[in-house]
Amino acid sequence: MDLSTINPVALIASLMVASTPILLAAIGELVVEKAGVLNLGVEGMMITGAIFGFAISVETQNPWLGLIAAMAGGAIMSLIFGILTQYFLSNQVATGLALTLFGLGFSALVGHSYTGIKPPSFPRLDVQVLTDIPYLGPILLNHDYMVYISLLIVALVWFFLTFTRAGLVLRSVGENHAAAHALGYKVVRIRLLAIMFGGACAGLGGAYLSLIRVPQWTEGMTAGSGWIALALVVFASWKPWRIILGAYLFGGVTILQLNLQAVGVNIPVAYLSMAPYVVTIVVLVIISSDRKRVSINAPASLGRVFHASN
Amino acid sequence: MKLFKSLAVGVALAVGLSGAALAQDKLKVGFIYVGPVGDLGWSYEHDQGRKALVEALGDKVETSYVESVPEGADAERVMTQMALSGHKLIFTTSFGYMDPTLNVAAKFPDVKFEHATGYKRADNVSTYSARFYEGRTVIGHIAGHMTKTNTIGYIASFPIPEVVRGINSAYLAAKAVNPEVKFKVIWVFTWFDPGKEADAANALIEQGADVIMQHTDSPAAMTIAEEKGIYAFGQASDMMQFGPNARLSSIIDNWGPYYIARAKAVLDGTWVSTDTWDGIAPGMVGIGKFSDKIPADVQASAQALADGIAAGTTHSFTGPIKKQDGSDWLAAGETADDGTLAGMSFYVEGIEGDLPK
Repeated sequence: MDLSTINPVALIASLMVASTPILLAAIGELVVEKAGVLNLGVEGMMITGAIFGFAISVETQNPWLGLIAAMAGGAIMSLIFGILTQYFLSNQVATGLALTLFGLGFSALVGHSYTGIKPPSFPRLDVQVLTDIPYLGPILLNHDYMVYISLLIVALVWFFLTFTRAGLVLRSVGENHAAAHALGYKVVRIRLLAIMFGGACAGLGGAYLSLIRVPQWTEGMTAGSGWIALALVVFASWKPWRIILGAYLFGGVTILQLNLQAVGVNIPVAYLSMAPYVVTIVVLVIISSDRKRVSINAPASLGRVFHASN
Repeated sequence: MKLFKSLAVGVALAVGLSGAALAQDKLKVGFIYVGPVGDLGWSYEHDQGRKALVEALGDKVETSYVESVPEGADAERVMTQMALSGHKLIFTTSFGYMDPTLNVAAKFPDVKFEHATGYKRADNVSTYSARFYEGRTVIGHIAGHMTKTNTIGYIASFPIPEVVRGINSAYLAAKAVNPEVKFKVIWVFTWFDPGKEADAANALIEQGADVIMQHTDSPAAMTIAEEKGIYAFGQASDMMQFGPNARLSSIIDNWGPYYIARAKAVLDGTWVSTDTWDGIAPGMVGIGKFSDKIPADVQASAQALADGIAAGTTHSFTGPIKKQDGSDWLAAGETADDGTLAGMSFYVEGIEGDLPK
């Protein structure tokens, strides 16, 4: 075993790539849950975004159009969920699960003719002089644009929720929809917008997987990352910055354990394989161990049905 | 989740089988797949076999299939449905269908069952599998020649005998032509997760691997190999389209001839319960076309190796071979028996790292 062959720079660079899909999906779901809606269909919206993004990229040979299509695809999927739960007052848990199953099947149908095709490659940030800076250059400045955009989205969400009036309204809808309604806020409309934002982010995360991280289309290729994103939101106790921490921790330990295996470290593989889950849970449990503060963070109306009559 | 899945299976079954009730004189053949037919790997190749059967026997047979059937109780339900709706020959194509197949077969003694990769048989249950390790000997030989860094990366799924056998046979073949060669094995504990498979491929490349082999189902590693400019091999399917430059060759599962032979046997009334474990010789394991990147002499020696295995003059496991712990396994000239191969749970000498239990 020779640990020195693990290059920390390359490790950090690849953990950012591995983490970006769940980071995007989780920050979208965070906004949805802050508005008081529990959408368990993240996996279905991700895979829909993955195929929409892939198909449009291939057809137009423009990855940016693909990303926009992925956001649109995810948002349309989430709109199905939104209309069912907000207007027809269906059960959010069951509808979310159905959305996942529908998304997996629908994407397989749409994607049938797209297997084995190579998507156009995605532009990378490459600032000649800066990228050559040792260590910092490859870690910070040599990723595809989406890595930076995902961090920017987190920052914007944090700013929106913390400092803007609209963010305050969204949170109030999530905390007590009856009170928000009494104050004259359009609860259903606000929630629909939040749900669509969540869908667009999940779609973007899926497209990152099919266009950049792997890049190919295969049926069911999200392979459960939507569920990890859902868990991250809870473990991050609905705080945007902790989503970054959780996602990078999860991605980082995943990449690290694969590298440790490749180096031949003398730890049973079963422990290495479960490490990402264990480490992420333990760390996030520790930082959110103050019960009172967590109950303040959890949206009080999460998952509860709202109807203007009650 | 489970409920929805069973519902979905039920609906698929109803739709898939409704058209089949008309012609009773045809032999109705059913197939049960563990994954989607579009996985471009394991289930895809079984479905190619089904199509070959339809093409060969035409209107003498009528086939239907149900895909993405979870291993366990759902599988038993699907098999029962198939048997009840007049299927006389049913192929169950995943290891985890073993006990469900036996259970259902006991209730329908006049229906013939064929279970892939299992080891339990009955009067109306046959088993069949392919000697994929023979193919791995050939691609291991090529990999040993093609690696410049003397490091071959191997993405492994689960530590079951079939996968361990593949690693050992590929390693022995690579070592035979390149004594310096090292294998780096990563266990991903999944058959199908393109993201994780791609990460594993990147980690292996990071650790100096310039040829990658895999025993997982998706073409993700091939895509990464193409992107990074190294070599890889197609697994289960050819995977050429994912790595036109990276792909050196491939191991292709070819179930068609077996399915045709078994359906014919049922039609003739000559079907008996057997255990089939075929390799390169009968064509159940196919070696994909060699890439131009492989030097002509290596192509020739790889072909000779494949021919030797087909002719029975070469065996993937020919002594002297020691186990990883240094104990003797095969004496010089001795070849491995099928029993040991079927239950293989040890690395051969020279492979580094522990085999997960």
